[in-house]
Amino acid sequence: MRKWILWALVMVIVFLSLGPFLWFVDTSFKTEVEVTAIPPVICPSGSVGFYVSSIKNYRLLSYVKNSAIVATLTTLITILLSLFAGYSVARLGLPKRELFMKALLVVSMFPQISIAGPVWRILYRLGWLNTYQGLVIPYVTLTLPLGVWVVASFFKQLPEDLEDAAIIDGCSRLGALFRIMVPLSAPGVFTAAILVFIYAWNEFFFALLIMTRQDVQTLPVGIAMFQGQYTLPWGEIAAASTVATVPLVLLVFVFQRRIISGLSAGAIKG
Amino acid sequence: MTPARRERLFSVVLILPAFLFVLIFAFFPIVHSFWLSLHRIVLGLPGLGEPFVGAENYIELLNDRVALRAVKNTFLFVFVSTFFEILFGLLIALVIHERFKGRGIVRASVLVPWAVPTVVSSQMWRFIFNDKYGLINFLFFGGDVNAYRAWLADPVYAFVAIVVADVWKTSAFAALLILAGLQAIPEDLYEAAKVDGAGWWQRFFKITLPLLRPALLIALLFRTMDAFRVFDLVFVMTQGGPADSTNVLQFYGYKKIFAEGMMGYGSAVSVLVFLISFVVSMFYVRMIGKRMFR
Repeated sequence: MRKWILWALVMVIVFLSLGPFLWFVDTSFKTEVEVTAIPPVICPSGSVGFYVSSIKNYRLLSYVKNSAIVATLTTLITILLSLFAGYSVARLGLPKRELFMKALLVVSMFPQISIAGPVWRILYRLGWLNTYQGLVIPYVTLTLPLGVWVVASFFKQLPEDLEDAAIIDGCSRLGALFRIMVPLSAPGVFTAAILVFIYAWNEFFFALLIMTRQDVQTLPVGIAMFQGQYTLPWGEIAAASTVATVPLVLLVFVFQRRIISGLSAGAIKG
Repeated sequence: MTPARRERLFSVVLILPAFLFVLIFAFFPIVHSFWLSLHRIVLGLPGLGEPFVGAENYIELLNDRVALRAVKNTFLFVFVSTFFEILFGLLIALVIHERFKGRGIVRASVLVPWAVPTVVSSQMWRFIFNDKYGLINFLFFGGDVNAYRAWLADPVYAFVAIVVADVWKTSAFAALLILAGLQAIPEDLYEAAKVDGAGWWQRFFKITLPLLRPALLIALLFRTMDAFRVFDLVFVMTQGGPADSTNVLQFYGYKKIFAEGMMGYGSAVSVLVFLISFVVSMFYVRMIGKRMFR
């Protein structure tokens, strides 16, 4: 009896989690007529017309390229800075580290609008609107809290004698960080990287403000702005959405365990 | 220099890059927003200069009906969506905490909405709520096209649609935080309760819920603060409409600064948003206490 209730709940949860998105994926493989059909067509004809059209008419590949560049750069820079900061917080007895971590928590929580105007002005003065670095800078700022929290929490779990031994053997502190700490907490660092990458890949607000020229816009901005001549091009939107989401879904299915531990480490263990 | 001092100096040097990023691109902008909000600045009209106007923007803000509406909408959105997210999050967490075959795949499936870009989920729900061929209309009215409703053109349903889209996407995140709390509850407590003859509900209310309190509070904190900055859903699904029924603070501030170019006035909105979220987060951090920062 109890087992049956559990299974029913599992089915409902999985159905509600995946159903809406699968419906959108389904839509992306339809034809124009099938998209607007009533009753809705469940099995599409398998047309890739919308994919071709979103590449040809809606610059899909350009959005993918920009998103890939921005998300990769953000991930690299944030992780490097998080390794330094995380090491400093977790191991080196940084003065006022509690204050620093609290400040980071505040940064990760306030609404983006409260910094948007001045950030835009800084980038405007620097001439960095519509550039990759112009978008990467706010992304690094906003992902650092997550990066530092996750990395620091993994560093804290490592025994200190390993490092001490390395230092006695003549390894410098920085050497100990990169030769001992990073390899040993590779899963944690990798987890942080995945989370940062997903954040940067999905971010919309700053991308909308900073990237006003179409040739530098990222996927979320592109998808939000899809506009047909008379009606919304739902098929193309669904196709582009599928392209934007499938890489993340793959990440989730492969690294489910790490993502779960990373998210709760960042949020709870600190 | 003593080794201890050298080490401290090194720790400061290591943290410096991260610190500078946060200082220049997060803390300075917050303070600068306040400064800007005391001026009249119109983007695109640099000839007007940037005259100091004191509290004028704030006085205008207090009499701005749309802004007050946005405050009300934001609070309502935060309250309703967070409530359902914690509720569903708890349910999901309880289910995926159980041991069963294929649990890994179920957990991954639950995470999918969390990974979907918000713009994508916004477009997706906009399509599902579509007035002519959306699934919701079909589920409610079948083939009876004349009965179909334009959900997103109705003030109440548009708000409901945005809540639904948010709950769909973020319940999983709440579930994960709550799951971490469940995993920290020692199994023997349940065994002992079982021996004493406590049923499932009794165990849930006497053991699970009380011990889950910290995890629930943290999930509540994260969800509340995230719901405060709802933007993508509104931008894509309703543009704040119809008749400002889904206009929320972050969207209103964006519109003032970047669509209308009112940098000064928009900054007053930004400051208001910051103050509200700061007070709310401090309230939570007090409740959760020091255990987060150990």
